[in-house]
Parts: sequence; C-alpha cells; structure tokens
Amino acid sequence: MIFIFGLFLLTLLVITAIAIVRTEDLFVAVMLTSIFSLLMAANFFILDAADVALTEAAVGAGVTTVIFLCALALTDNKEKPRQGSRWVTFSTVGVLALLIIYATFDKPRLGDPDAPVHQHIAPWYIEKTTEYMDIPNVVTAILSSFRGYDTLGEVFVVFAACIGVLFILGVSPPRKTKQTTEKTTGLRHHLIPQVVGRLLIPFIVLFGLYVQFHGEYGPGGGFQAGAIIATGVILYALLEGESEALRAIPRGVLLGMVIGGALLYGSVGVVCMFMGGAFLDYSVLASDPVFGQQLGILIIEAGVGMAVCGALLAIFHAFASREILS
Amino acid sequence: MNLLELLGYFNYWVFAIILTVGLYAVISKTNLIKKLIGLSIFQSAVFLMYITMDKVEGGTAPIIQAGVEDQIFSNPLPQVLILTAIVVGVSTLSLGLAMVVRISECYGTIEENEILDSD
Amino acid sequence: MIDVALDVLSWILLVLGGACVLIGGIGGLRLPNFYTRIHAASLTDTMATILIFSGMMLQAGFSLATLKLFAIMLFLLLTGPTATYALANAALLSGLKPDAGTTSDKPKESLPE
Repeated sequence: MIFIFGLFLLTLLVITAIAIVRTEDLFVAVMLTSIFSLLMAANFFILDAADVALTEAAVGAGVTTVIFLCALALTDNKEKPRQGSRWVTFSTVGVLALLIIYATFDKPRLGDPDAPVHQHIAPWYIEKTTEYMDIPNVVTAILSSFRGYDTLGEVFVVFAACIGVLFILGVSPPRKTKQTTEKTTGLRHHLIPQVVGRLLIPFIVLFGLYVQFHGEYGPGGGFQAGAIIATGVILYALLEGESEALRAIPRGVLLGMVIGGALLYGSVGVVCMFMGGAFLDYSVLASDPVFGQQLGILIIEAGVGMAVCGALLAIFHAFASREILS
Repeated sequence: MNLLELLGYFNYWVFAIILTVGLYAVISKTNLIKKLIGLSIFQSAVFLMYITMDKVEGGTAPIIQAGVEDQIFSNPLPQVLILTAIVVGVSTLSLGLAMVVRISECYGTIEENEILDSD
Repeated sequence: MIDVALDVLSWILLVLGGACVLIGGIGGLRLPNFYTRIHAASLTDTMATILIFSGMMLQAGFSLATLKLFAIMLFLLLTGPTATYALANAALLSGLKPDAGTTSDKPKESLPE
C-alpha cells in the first residue's frame, strides 16, 4: 500500500524536476528546488532511510534554499532564454536516458534480500553493533566508529568549504557604492513573524540539541543537529537583522566552532593513539571497551555538530553581509 | 515480467529520468545559477539510486530495538554513504554560489555566453 | 467495542482532512487572484492539520507518540498562518494590490523595489 504512495511521490519528483529546468524565473526555480528536496526526503523515509530523510529535509530543504536566495539577491533574478537549436543536446540526453534504463533491467528486484549488496559486510555490521558498542542506531555506529575515517574526511571538507567561501567573499566588491546603505534590518512590518519567531527559536535550538544527543538511540546525529541549530539562528537573523545575529553569535565564535569541531574530532583520534590503540580506535578510551566506544562516539558527534553548525552559519553571514552592488 | 516486478523497476527509471534532466540543465542552460541547480538535481538523483538499493522487503529502519529478536533490517551501509554525500553536496554548492556572486560582480552578468564574449 | 468506535472515528477524521487538502489544492489552481489563492491554501491547510493530527493521535492511543504528535500539531498551527502572513505582507510591500474583482494577475514587467 505504501508502495503506491511511493510511486505517486516519484512521479511528483519527475514533474518538479522538469518544471525546475523549464522555468525562466530563477526565484521560481529555487522554490521548486526546495519542494524537490522535501519530496526526496519523503521518498527516503518510505525506503526505510530515516537518518538520510532527516538530513535531506534539514540540509536540502532548509539551508540550501536560504543560500540560493542569498546568492539570488546578489545577482540577477531572471534567466535569458537560449538561442540556437537544442536538438543535439536533446538527442544526447535522450540516448543517455535510454541507455541507463536499459542497464537497470539487470538490477535485482527492489527489496530482494538476496541481492549482492545485502551480503558480506552489512549483516556483519548489524550483528557486531550490539557486541562492540551496544547502541541501537546502526547507522550512527557505522558512521562514527566503523567508518570513522570517512566522517573525519567529511568534517574537513565542510571546514575547507567554509574557509573557501570566506576567502572568496571576503574580498570587498570592486566598485564601492558611495551612498550609505541603511544598516541591514530585518523585514519591515514584521510584528507577527517576530513574535512567533521569538517564541519558537528556543524550541528549535532545543530540538537541535535533542537530535544531537539522541543520535545513538534514534535517527539523528551531528549533521542533522548542526543544520537544525544553524536554521534557528538564520531565522533569528532574518527576523531581527543580520547585525543582531552577529552580536548574538559573533564571527570569532563561528570560526572557533568550525575549527574546534574539526580539531576535536582529530584530537580524539590522536588521544586514542597515545593510549595504545590505533588512530580512531575508541575502545581504549575507557577501561570497558564498550563504554569507550560510546564515549568516543559521543565526543566526535559533538565535534561534527559544532563544525557543521559553525560552517553553515559562517557561509550564511558571508553571503548576507555582502553589499548589493546594483 | 509481471506488473509487480515492473513497478519495482519504477524507482530506477525515475532515477534515470531525473539524472538526465539535471544533466540537460548543466549542459544546455547558459545561466550559471541554473547550471548549479541542475547539478544539485543530478546529485539528488544519485542519492535516490543508492537509497533504492538498500531497501529489503519487509525490513524496517536499521535501529535495533531492545528485546525484539530476529528483525529484518534494511541495509545501513548506503545510508551512511549518502549522509556524507548530502553534506558534501551542500558544501560544494555554497562554494560554487560564492564564485558565481564574484563573477557577477566582476563581469556584471551571469550568462555564460556574455561572459565568454567579454573576455 | 470502544476500540472499533475509536478506529472508525480516526478514519473519518483522516478522510475529512484529506478532503480538506484536496479542496485547498483545487482552490489554489482555480481561483483567479494571488490573495484569493492564499486564502484557499492557508485556511484548508490549518483545518486539515487539526483533522489529520487528531485522527493520528486517536490511532496512536495513550503513548509517547501521542505527545509528540500534539507538539508537532502545535508547531504547525503556529507557523502555518505566520508563513501566510509573511507571504501576503511581502506581496503587498512589493506592490501587488489586492483586487476584489475576478481579474487575474497580469505578470508585471518590473516590480518596484
């Protein structure tokens, strides 16, 4: 029964994707991209991927839309239509689609438990999670402990992207406008959103902390929590004005969070080496190896959450504090 | 192939269609922000394919409940890969948008043919 | 007996909520003006939130899930009308005048800042 609902959502996805590409107004395209991310998150949930659905909803439908809108405010809003014939592109893309559809007929049926992807290592992970670290959420166990190197690399990628954006947008625009732009305030005539926002922002941040610390017991973890807390602070910046948000959490604190998160993760690995194990082998952190694993997972999830939250907020402030040139 | 098997392939066909729609936007549109939007659609299609591969019939989300024995779980490994990929995707997207903003300030436009003409 | 009655009641609430969303969708497509479309989307959305969440709470019985559902319903009831207000406010500030007639919106070439 839920399968039919999944089919319906997938059809909506295709229609939204085609609408995004065909529209000429970029603002409409960004809003449709946000709807696309939300539909994708619902699809992930139907396919039993709860963690991924939470991440896609928080990051894709939330933060990506805000960053796109900031970039749109600094550039043009419309797209010029393309001249010239497009038959070559259409035929290439059509042939590619047919080739991929032909190739997917070799795939195992959806949900087949004998498919090769479900053998070898995935049952081993599910079995050994209770034995090695005794936490219910297998995805968090794999992400932070069994495959901890990949997550370390990902934190460094987020760190590098944040530093890259700060470098690129740290240069002032070439033609300085001499007229004084009014200090960026929030929305005008905005009493109702302000009241509701002030009511809800503490709960948003509280929910983000809940998701962070319950990442081992249910869907959640560092990435989702970082995105949710960053969204709460971005809401505050939208309502009260960007300078107020910078006063609440200054730029130094943001950079400190990004660097501190990455450093925390790396230093946990080095401390494990000093205590006699391998790099990122958490079982040597405490006398009981299971408790050591849990302690290690808790600390690095905190590091990941700090790094992601700080990076997303620093990127938002870099975009939002840039003067509009036109 | 009966109807149920055909419907089981629907996920993969949707993946193929969305992939090519995103690829078409990257190749054929001249507006830089439209290209970036197409790239993010392309990425989402790849995520859809990975998560489709991980579903096991009759399984649930891979969270071990205490006291329930012999439960079938869906495969957790592609979910871990896609979690990483989503965050990396948003990082590269923000970096790309920062570059587009700088390009538009220096050249005054974000249409690709006008930028190439003015160089 | 009371279980069957609760089940039937929750099904009725869910179906009514779905019908509300459907009516809102049809209204969003068929109504002529921007401000009228906001009416269709937001009023039916709020009613459908209350109906669907009440139906789900009756299905869940007395458990932690019911409390969580109630909290989510409260959150949606607070943010839905606020979002509609922000949308209408933004449209008014950028120059779209509310027109009670049946003229449909003409696309504007350039909106005043």
